Amino acid sequence: MGDLTKQSSAKPQISANLNQRVFAVKHVLERAGVLAESDIEAFAQMAQESWIPQNGARLIARAWTDPAFKQQLLQNGKAAAESMGFGMPAHHRHFVVLENTERVHNVICCSLCSCTAFSIIGLPPDWYKDFEYRSRVVRQARSVLAEMGLILAADTEIRVWDTTADTRYMVMPRRPSISEGWSEAELASIITKESMIGVSSLEQ
Amino acid sequence: MDGVHDLGGRQGFGPVRYARNAAVFHHDWERQANALYALCARKGLINMDEYRHAIERMEPRHYLSASYYERSLTGLASLLVEKGLASAEELNALAAGHFPLSLPGSPGRGNVSDRSCFKPGDQVRVRSDYISGHVRMPAYIRGKSGLVISASPAYPFPDAHAHGLTADDEPTYDVRFQAKELWPEASEPALVHVGVFESYLEPLPDGPSTVT
Repeated sequence: MGDLTKQSSAKPQISANLNQRVFAVKHVLERAGVLAESDIEAFAQMAQESWIPQNGARLIARAWTDPAFKQQLLQNGKAAAESMGFGMPAHHRHFVVLENTERVHNVICCSLCSCTAFSIIGLPPDWYKDFEYRSRVVRQARSVLAEMGLILAADTEIRVWDTTADTRYMVMPRRPSISEGWSEAELASIITKESMIGVSSLEQ
Repeated sequence: MDGVHDLGGRQGFGPVRYARNAAVFHHDWERQANALYALCARKGLINMDEYRHAIERMEPRHYLSASYYERSLTGLASLLVEKGLASAEELNALAAGHFPLSLPGSPGRGNVSDRSCFKPGDQVRVRSDYISGHVRMPAYIRGKSGLVISASPAYPFPDAHAHGLTADDEPTYDVRFQAKELWPEASEPALVHVGVFESYLEPLPDGPSTVT
C-alpha cells in the first residue's frame, strides 16, 4: 500500500505561467530543428484566415440550391469539399454531412476530447470544448439544446454524433423559409458555425 | 483507459457556458499552443493518437482544472520529453518554474484477432473490454448494443498507433444506439451515433432484440 498520508500532504507546486510554458516548448522545437518561429506565426495566421465557418456555409448554400451538388455532399463530403477548394488535414479521412429535416435534428460533439471538422466549420468555440457540453449532450440532448436556446418540437427525432474517430461531421441546417429566391452568397451569409454544430437553427 | 477525460454521460456538470460567436482563443498563447501541436502533427513528429493519449494521461486533478489549450500544451510537452527532445528539468528551467507533465501510461494493444466485418443493418454489441492503454471507445457504449448504419475508410488503430505499435488499419462503423439502451434511467430519448472501431465490436448473438 502506498502511503496515502504522504501523498496527500505533498506540497502543491505552483506551475509556471502558460506564456512561459509555450516559450519552453517553442524553444525545444526550434532547437531540434522541427520548426522555426516564423512557422508558428504563419500557421496561426493560416488557421485564422482559412479555417472559417464560411467554408461550410458555402458548401451548404450550394447544396440548398444545386440538387446534384447536395447529393454529392451527402454521399462523399470530403470530395465535395475538395471540389470547392476546401481541404482537410490528412488524418480526417472521412467527412459526413448530416441533413436536418422537419423530422430529424442532428447535433455533433466529441465526448473524449474536442474533435471537429475545423478546416470546414472553423475551430470549435470554447463551450464545445467545455466539460458541460462534452458530458451532457450525449445523454440529455433535448435539455442541453433547450438551455442553449434551441427548443425542438416534441416529435423531432434527435441524433447526437459523438466524434470518437477521425471521421468528421457537419450539420446541414434547414433552409429558412424566408430565404426563397436568395442567391447562393446571400444564403451562405446567414449560415452560422452554431447551426453547423447543430445547437442552433436558422429559423427565427 | 477509464480516465477522467471520458466524459460522455457523466452527471453533475451544470449548464453549458454558451454564447453565439463564442471565442476560440482567449489568449495569444492559446493560439500559439494550437499551432504548435498542429505543426508537430503535420511534420510527423507526433501522431494524433499519441497526442490524444498524452492528454488523457494527465494527472486527473490537473486534467480537470486545466483549460483546453493547457491540456494540449501539456500533452505535446510530455511527448517531447518522452521522445527525448528535452528533459523535464530542462522544461522547468526554460519555463522558469514547474512545468507539469502527463503521467506514464500502460502498454497498448494490437487489433483484436477474432474481429468480424460488419455491414449496414447488422446488429452489434460493443465488447466489454477494459483497456488500460489508449482506446477510442467511450465507456458509455461498453457492452451496449446498436445498429450498424455505415462503415468509414480504414484508420490507424488508435490502441496501437498511440503506443507506436504496428497494427492493421481498421474501419470504424457508424453505430446507432438508443440513449435508453446506453442509460436505461435518467436520460432523454435520442439516437446516439458513435464511430466504433472494428476491434471494439462483436456480432450481437441471435435472439430477440430491442435494437432499432
